[in-house]
Amino acid sequence: MKTAEPTIAEIADIARRARIQILKAVAHAKGGHVGGPYSAIDMLATLYFRVLNVRPDEPDWPDRDRFVLSKGHSSIALYTILAMRGFFDMEELATFDSIDSRLQGHPDMTITPGVDMSSGSLGLGFAGALGIALGARTLGKDFTTYVMLGDGECNEGIVWEGAHVANRYHLDNIVAIIDQNNLQQFGWRGDTETERLTPYVGDELAGRWKAFGWHVLEVDGHDIQAFLDTVEKARAVSGSPVAIVAHTIKGKGVSYMEDNYTWHSRVPTEEEFAIAMQELGDTKAGER
Amino acid sequence: MTSLAPGKALRVAFGETIAELARTDPRLVVLDGDTGSSTRTDFFENEHPERFFQMGITEQNMLGMAAGMATLGLIPIVSTFACFIVSRAHDSIRVLIAQPKLNVKLMGGYAGLLAGMTGKTHLIFDDISIMRAMANMTVIAPADEIETRKALPAIIDHPGPVYLRLTRPNSPILFDDDYEFEIGKAVTLREGSDITVFSTGLQSVRAYEAAQTLATEGIDVHLVHVPTIKPLDVDAIVSAAAKTDLVMTSEEHTIVGGLGGAIAETLAEHHPVTVKRHGLQDVFGESGPDAALLEKYGISPSKTAEAVRETVRSHKA
Repeated sequence: MKTAEPTIAEIADIARRARIQILKAVAHAKGGHVGGPYSAIDMLATLYFRVLNVRPDEPDWPDRDRFVLSKGHSSIALYTILAMRGFFDMEELATFDSIDSRLQGHPDMTITPGVDMSSGSLGLGFAGALGIALGARTLGKDFTTYVMLGDGECNEGIVWEGAHVANRYHLDNIVAIIDQNNLQQFGWRGDTETERLTPYVGDELAGRWKAFGWHVLEVDGHDIQAFLDTVEKARAVSGSPVAIVAHTIKGKGVSYMEDNYTWHSRVPTEEEFAIAMQELGDTKAGER
Repeated sequence: MTSLAPGKALRVAFGETIAELARTDPRLVVLDGDTGSSTRTDFFENEHPERFFQMGITEQNMLGMAAGMATLGLIPIVSTFACFIVSRAHDSIRVLIAQPKLNVKLMGGYAGLLAGMTGKTHLIFDDISIMRAMANMTVIAPADEIETRKALPAIIDHPGPVYLRLTRPNSPILFDDDYEFEIGKAVTLREGSDITVFSTGLQSVRAYEAAQTLATEGIDVHLVHVPTIKPLDVDAIVSAAAKTDLVMTSEEHTIVGGLGGAIAETLAEHHPVTVKRHGLQDVFGESGPDAALLEKYGISPSKTAEAVRETVRSHKA
């Protein structure tokens, strides 16, 4: 059961507020990831507030759409959106990454309401999602499975094993969203001392998915209306699996983090935190 | 000594039984890693093609997809060579199956030293050590076709992941048709007073034959078959060890961490006695005829008898 549909502007505001919560959680935990969650958060907000047919008060409802965050290191982004959507209390975000918390560093399906598949060891969530989709077809269920991968994650061989199998089975009840922010944690050194080369150059990544038989759509992952339209298009495709290659900016939303690979996983200083809160329009800026 | 009647390979019993169980259990699905004609999931494919999924040669993906299917209430049986399940797809099993305790059954065919002239790349005999070290995992190694048939319904009924270790060759019949398999229970194959031998898998047949031979020489072996290596039948193991206060373990598996490791750990805690571990030493395997490999690597029936003799002799000395 979806909530009353929020507008595009309202989803943008949800994502903005989520960015604030994410940084607060990471600062509080003194650990976690920021860059990847920020590149993914506009899409996650759109999925959970406009696309996914889920019931926050009945997280295990069998006919729900499934979502798997295969890029599991962006867990805090998923937790934040799940909390905002009502799967658990916002206060629980403060327990992120701590002992006995339901919100572990990487998603754990056994403890967190709304997490459909454990993930974090890269590429594995994708395989799990494919299994959900194939199982759903076997059981005659008509929900859709969405899975989000990082572009760096697509280094993993298991991703291409799965891409191959999905094509053989013409799995058209799964939508893979590739968060192509063009930076991975440390990556390959470029020509200059500080340059880090992208995981995939130009349209190489989209080309790979096409070469594996997937129907590929491309979109700006921060343009909420465009993303929503692209998801609709993806759901209309039949006979082949669909990959949405979403072009995003790592650290999107905070000036000094954008396109800076060092913000893959980093805890902000007091000063950095204050600047971020101000840029994100937190009315209680600086309160950690 | 009466020799045991010939029987089918465990993988054949496995293939026939899962096809049969699927007639009444719609939750069963099979995922095959392009080895169905070897691990004999072809019986299942022929009878239930709509529930048979060819995953190709994508073991990491195959184990992950099985996990996804299990979240929907299906019971996936994943089948390929043991080496590719246990070592190649280890991370998928650990993160997606064992940690969430999903109901996936892992069938590692071709475990042990004998894999049909394939050589060391296709041999795995540290699989018991690896799988029993993984939390939430149950590890079962049947000895013959009867036990394989009896074990499968129990494995399907058992909630959570199970690693079923099957060896490739035909196995003589060790059990009667009325044998009752229970997960976690050890079985006494022979009462004896000089030494207790614990064995598992097809090696139990060789140990049984060795015990028959030794009886004619005046060495009275108490033989206990341990089909469930995890969870171990601690009470049965302690009481059997207490009968003789001299123990040997025997397995078609490395002596590092497998059945021998499990028994030694248990007895060290509960009933310290001398434990001699018999099995494959710290080696990798090679190609060759089965009988010659068993001799060279020291686990044939005659070599097993020799190991028992040596253990008894050195204990008395």
